[in-house]
Amino acid sequence: MGYIELMDISKSYNKQRNVLNGIDLQIEKGEFFVLVGPSGSGKSTLLRMIAGLEEISGGTLKISEKIVNHLPPKDRNLSMVFQNYALYPHLTVEQNILFGLNAQKVDREIQQKRLEETAQMMGLNELLKRKPRELSGGQRQRVALARAVVSEAPLCLMDEPLSNLDAKLRANMRIEIRRLQKRLGLTMVYVTHDQVEAMTMGDRIMVLNDGIIQQVGEPIDLYNKPSNLFVATFIGSPKMNLGKAILEDSNLIIENVLTIPFEHLEMPKNLKSRNLVIGIRAEHMPYGDENQQVQNVEIVNVEHLGNETLISFEVGTELWTAKWLGQWLIQVGDKVPVHISVENMCFFDEDTGNLIQEATFTHKQEVVRR
Amino acid sequence: MTMPLSKKIVFYSLLIISALAVFAPALMAFVMSFMDNKDIMTGSLPKSLSFDNYLKAFEQFPLLKYLFNSLIVSVVITIGQLILSSLAAYAFVFLEFKGRDILFFLFIATMMVPFEASIIPNFHIIRDLNWIDQYPGLTVPFFATAFGTFLLRQNFKQIPKELREASQIVGMGDFKFYLKVVLPVAKTSLVTLGAYGFLTSWNMYLWPLLSTTNDTVRTVQIGLKQLQTQEQLNDWGVIMSGAIIVIIPTLILLFLGQKQLQKGLTEGAIK
Repeated sequence: MGYIELMDISKSYNKQRNVLNGIDLQIEKGEFFVLVGPSGSGKSTLLRMIAGLEEISGGTLKISEKIVNHLPPKDRNLSMVFQNYALYPHLTVEQNILFGLNAQKVDREIQQKRLEETAQMMGLNELLKRKPRELSGGQRQRVALARAVVSEAPLCLMDEPLSNLDAKLRANMRIEIRRLQKRLGLTMVYVTHDQVEAMTMGDRIMVLNDGIIQQVGEPIDLYNKPSNLFVATFIGSPKMNLGKAILEDSNLIIENVLTIPFEHLEMPKNLKSRNLVIGIRAEHMPYGDENQQVQNVEIVNVEHLGNETLISFEVGTELWTAKWLGQWLIQVGDKVPVHISVENMCFFDEDTGNLIQEATFTHKQEVVRR
Repeated sequence: MTMPLSKKIVFYSLLIISALAVFAPALMAFVMSFMDNKDIMTGSLPKSLSFDNYLKAFEQFPLLKYLFNSLIVSVVITIGQLILSSLAAYAFVFLEFKGRDILFFLFIATMMVPFEASIIPNFHIIRDLNWIDQYPGLTVPFFATAFGTFLLRQNFKQIPKELREASQIVGMGDFKFYLKVVLPVAKTSLVTLGAYGFLTSWNMYLWPLLSTTNDTVRTVQIGLKQLQTQEQLNDWGVIMSGAIIVIIPTLILLFLGQKQLQKGLTEGAIK
């Protein structure tokens, strides 16, 4: 039994097209659960339905084994952090943090005690008398978090809380939020469109597109075993390289350009005589040395990241990117050998887009478990 | 903005001339209020300036009583308008119900009906309520204003709806949210509407004339008119001094309101 249970949840506006369809999901207590998807996928709507700000059109929602479909937000015992922080502009930081406790008529002494603890924890001691407009983006973010913390609700919902911060601050806040969640043992439901946030923060991730669950699982599983083409391209940066492919004799022909032999590997039977799309991660296409089977490709773009180099080349109509460790001083237009191996490839059905077979190589290495 | 000196001189002289032209009647009234009748009638420059006209204005007419009535009426109308408009605007922004937008447009459409057109029904109502010669009769018909509701609605709409949602999550009801968040956040436009409402009701003429029959609740604008008609030969000096007294509160309010407005406008918004 999960802490939050969604059973066949759906949402439609004005009885028209559904924005969410048949969502079945369980979120465990103390879990950091991330809802990720492109804009318009319905992830915020789902979060707001859990919060009680949005009506549920169909299905059942349970929080700690109680059906809460028609419960107003205040009775669901949760806190929420909004994208624009929703700080009250006319109140000081202190009043903002205590706003909820005041509304719930919590005892003054308890209020003060909790305020001190929270301010201490979030490093807001010096800012308590300031108004929100006198704070920087990061500080406002912290006040918004403090407001969620001070409520001591076991469930915290966050709606893209970091999207208004600059990249550096965002990286910091990611860690801060994550630590806070672990320290307080909160159950967190976190909405984002940023797959990096999803990968780095979530215990589990749900990928949503067009109101339909694409995949639910641990970040590493989503990365290694994307269950369809959408997840494959959405999770991971740079995105997984895709190409149409068919099996011919014992060779795999990609986009009618690359011919990759199966070598010693046994050709799986379920791949024969169907239209395939193969996917390969950028880091699985290293510089090919002599005793490997290589493909010579012409470079169309080089990006230097310092510790690694991204090399782009064309495969038929697709633009592929390989990620090489270290600094490679190569020019656009150079021809370089790239090692592309069948064992690193995920195979998808072209028609349905679903995964047929994951990369065999990942079983051998990559995931280090202790 | 930088502009050449010659252009500046042209602009400023034009501005000064038009300012003088616009302000001339008020200036004349101000000077006339200190002159004696003979000088005014002959149209000569004042030989001596005195406060006699002001003393006369207070002695001959119950000017203080009129001023007091005007103050009461204006303040009550202002408060009534603020309360009703802000509550209505809150409903039009934060409460969701069927036909809300249509209702709002209907509401706005009443702005196109001139007050003069509704004078007769209004008069019937206050007569039937026995409110003639009473403060309620002077004030209540002006409580509901489409303009005020419109102004406040536009302002409330700028309050992020996340603020309402955040307050819902902590279990705050609509009325408390209205009192604790909406009103303080929209302070600026409340002041604007208040100043506007006060000035219009202070300057109101037709309705107080109709709904009053004696001096007990008459406002100062009617009083001014009486200054003019009680004698065969108009005592212009007294009339002008009365007019100057009447516009003083208006001016004070404008200056105060302006300061408040500027303060409100420079206040940062959310985010």
